[in-house]
Amino acid sequence: MLATSRSFEANARAGLADANLQRALGRMQQGGFPLHRRRAVERLPEFEALREVGRSIKEHTLAHLDFYLELYEARVTASGGTVHWARTPTEACAAVLQICRSVEARTVTKGKSMIAEEIGLNDFLERSGVTPVETDLGEYIIQLRHEPPSHLIAPAIHLMKEQVAATFRAEHQGLDPERPLAEARQLCDEARAILRTRFLAADVGITGANFLVAETGSSIIVTNEGNGDLTQTLPRVHIVVASLEKLVPTHEDAATLLRLLARSATGQEFSTYTTVSTGPRQEGDLDGPEQYHVVLLDNGRSALLGGEFHDMLRCIRCAACINHCPVYGAIGGHAYGWVYPGPMGSVLTPGLIGVAEAGHLPNASTLCGRCESVCPVKIPLPKMLRRWREREYEAKLTKPAYRAGLGLWVWVARRPALYHAIAEAASRVLGWAGGRRGRFRALPLAAGWTSVRDMPAPEGRSFHSLWAARQRRAAR
Amino acid sequence: MSEARTAILAGIRRSLKRGSLDAAVETQLRERLAAPRRNLVPARATALDEAGRIDLFVAMAEEVQASMTRIAALEHVPDEVARYLAAENLPAELVAAPDPALARIPWAATPLLRVRHGRAEGGDAVSLTPCFAGLAETGTLMLVSSPQTPTTLNFLPDTHIVVLHRDQVVAGYEDAWDRLRATGDRLPRVVNFITGPSRTADIEQQIVLGAHGPRRLHILLIEDGQTSA
Repeated sequence: MLATSRSFEANARAGLADANLQRALGRMQQGGFPLHRRRAVERLPEFEALREVGRSIKEHTLAHLDFYLELYEARVTASGGTVHWARTPTEACAAVLQICRSVEARTVTKGKSMIAEEIGLNDFLERSGVTPVETDLGEYIIQLRHEPPSHLIAPAIHLMKEQVAATFRAEHQGLDPERPLAEARQLCDEARAILRTRFLAADVGITGANFLVAETGSSIIVTNEGNGDLTQTLPRVHIVVASLEKLVPTHEDAATLLRLLARSATGQEFSTYTTVSTGPRQEGDLDGPEQYHVVLLDNGRSALLGGEFHDMLRCIRCAACINHCPVYGAIGGHAYGWVYPGPMGSVLTPGLIGVAEAGHLPNASTLCGRCESVCPVKIPLPKMLRRWREREYEAKLTKPAYRAGLGLWVWVARRPALYHAIAEAASRVLGWAGGRRGRFRALPLAAGWTSVRDMPAPEGRSFHSLWAARQRRAAR
Repeated sequence: MSEARTAILAGIRRSLKRGSLDAAVETQLRERLAAPRRNLVPARATALDEAGRIDLFVAMAEEVQASMTRIAALEHVPDEVARYLAAENLPAELVAAPDPALARIPWAATPLLRVRHGRAEGGDAVSLTPCFAGLAETGTLMLVSSPQTPTTLNFLPDTHIVVLHRDQVVAGYEDAWDRLRATGDRLPRVVNFITGPSRTADIEQQIVLGAHGPRRLHILLIEDGQTSA
C-alpha cells in the first residue's frame, strides 16, 4: 500500500474539517469502545495481573522465536498444511498468487486481515486477474468505496450510515432504487444477502490470524460476524496470511491472550467466534478446505527483534491504544497515511516503512500516556514515540527552523545563570503584559499556538526565583 | 521459499545475538510444550460447584443474546424444537449433525418436523448440532469438527440450535482444552468457540445480530448427563 504519511499535516487538517468523520469519532469516544472496555475490565478483578502474564507470554515467545517458528512449521506440515516463508510483501503476494493460480482461482473471499493490507494484497490480486471480495461488513463497505481502513478492528468507523446507504445504492445494481436503507439493520441484511452468494462461489478463502499456536500448528481467528468462518470453510483452499510475531507456544497461552483481547478491543467478555484451525479437511469430513496454507510474513520484524522497538512485537492489534488516543479521536485513522493508525501505528509504521517516510507520525502525539496505560501487553508506546523523534532528529530529518530553535534552547539551557536571567525577565515582562486578563489572545512568533487557544500569562516570577526566595526565608 | 526461510531464521538469531538454541534450553522448552501449564485463570468460574457453573453459563450466554431452554432428556428434543420453531415463526424443517450422540432423539414422534442429516447447504434455515463443552466463564460453546459434526452447520443456517448436556459445562477454556486433549484423538480440523449469535457493529457502532453467521443461537440444556445418556 502506498503511504501518504508524508502529507500527515494536510491529512490531519482534512480530518478535522470532515463533519461526518467528526460525528463518527465523537460517537466512538462518548459511549463507544473506551466505555465498554472500562466496564469489562471492572468486571474482571484479575485483569491487571493478566496484562503482566500476557506481556511475559509474548516476551518468552519472542526470546525463542526461531525455536517456536520451526516447531510451528513442523506441526503445520504434520497436520497436512504448508507454510510459505516471505521476507517481503512482494514475496508474500507472490506466494498467495501462486496458490490461487494452482487451483485456477477466479474469485477469492477474504476475512479481515491487517497483514493483507500491509502487503497490498487486494490491489495485487486484481492486477493479476483474481477478484478479491472483502467479507467483513466494514471492510466490504470500504472496498466498495476504494478506501483504506481507518481503524484496526472497525475499518469503516469513519463513516455514517447515510454514506454507507449511498455507497450501496451506487454499487448494488439491479435492486429496487426505492428500497429503504435508513437503518443499520437494513444495510447489514443487504450486504449479507449479496456476500452469501460470493461465499458460496469463491475458489479460495483468505484470512488473517490473531494467533498462531506452535504446539499444534494451529491458526486462530477472532470475529463477531462469522465471515471469517464462512471464508475459510466453504472454498477448496484456505490461505492464512500472518506475520511471525503472532506466534504463541500453547493453547493455554492463547487462552490468556484471548481473555485480554476482546475486553481491550470492544469491551466484550469474549468475541462471538474464536476459531482454531489446524490443517485441511480430514478423512471423512463433509466440509472444510482441501488445502491449508500459511503465508508467514517477516517484513522487517526480525530486524526489530531485540532492538529499541522490540516491545512493539508484543502487540496483539486490539486497538485499545487507538480507541483511547486523543489525537486519533480528533483526526481519524486516514490521516496517518498507511495501514496502522494511532499510537501503535505511529511506532510500528516508521519501523516498517522508515522514519524518513513516516517521521510525522511519532510527532503526532501529546505523550499523554493513555495508550500505555490501556495496552493489554504493556507496550511502552510514549517512550518509543520519543525514541523515534530522537532518531528523526539524529537523521537530520526535522525542519531547519525547528532544529535551530532547539539548538538555541540547548545552548541557553546549558548556561544556568543565563537561563535563569532570561526566564525571570520573560516571566516578569509577560506577567506585566498579560495584565488583569492573565492570558494572551495573540503572541508574536506563536500564532500556531494562539490561533486556536489563549496563552496563559505567567504569574510574574519564575519558579526558580520563587524557590530561591523560599529557601532564603527558610534559612533565616 | 527455503531461501526466505533460512534468511528469516538467520535474521532472528542475529537480532537475538545468538546461534541456535542451547540444547538445555531447548529441552526445557520441549518439556513446557509436552505438559502445557495453565497461566493465571480468573476465579470467576473456577470456584463454583456444578450448579453454580451452570447458572453462570446460562447468565453469561443470555447476556450475549443466546436463548436457552432446559429440558430433562434427549427424548424431549423434537417437541422442544417444534415449539421453538413455531414460536419464532420459522418453518418446521432442519438439518441435523449426523452424530451418534444425537441418534437417540426420537424424531419420528414429531412427524410434522422435517429432519435431514448431513452438512449444511446454502438454503438451510435451521441446524441442530451437539457440542463438545460449555464454558461457564463467558457463556461460550465449544464445538469441534468431525465427519459427524460438519462445521457448515455452525455458520450457514440463520438459526443454530445446540444440544448441551449439563455435565459438559466446565469452568473455562483451559478445562475445555484438558477435556479435548484427554480424548487422545487427533486435534480436530476446527475448534469453534461460539459466544452468542453472529453480530456486527461496523455501521455507527450499533449492534446488529446476524451479520453473516446465525442470527439466533438457541441452546437446549439437557438436565441428563451426557455420560448417563
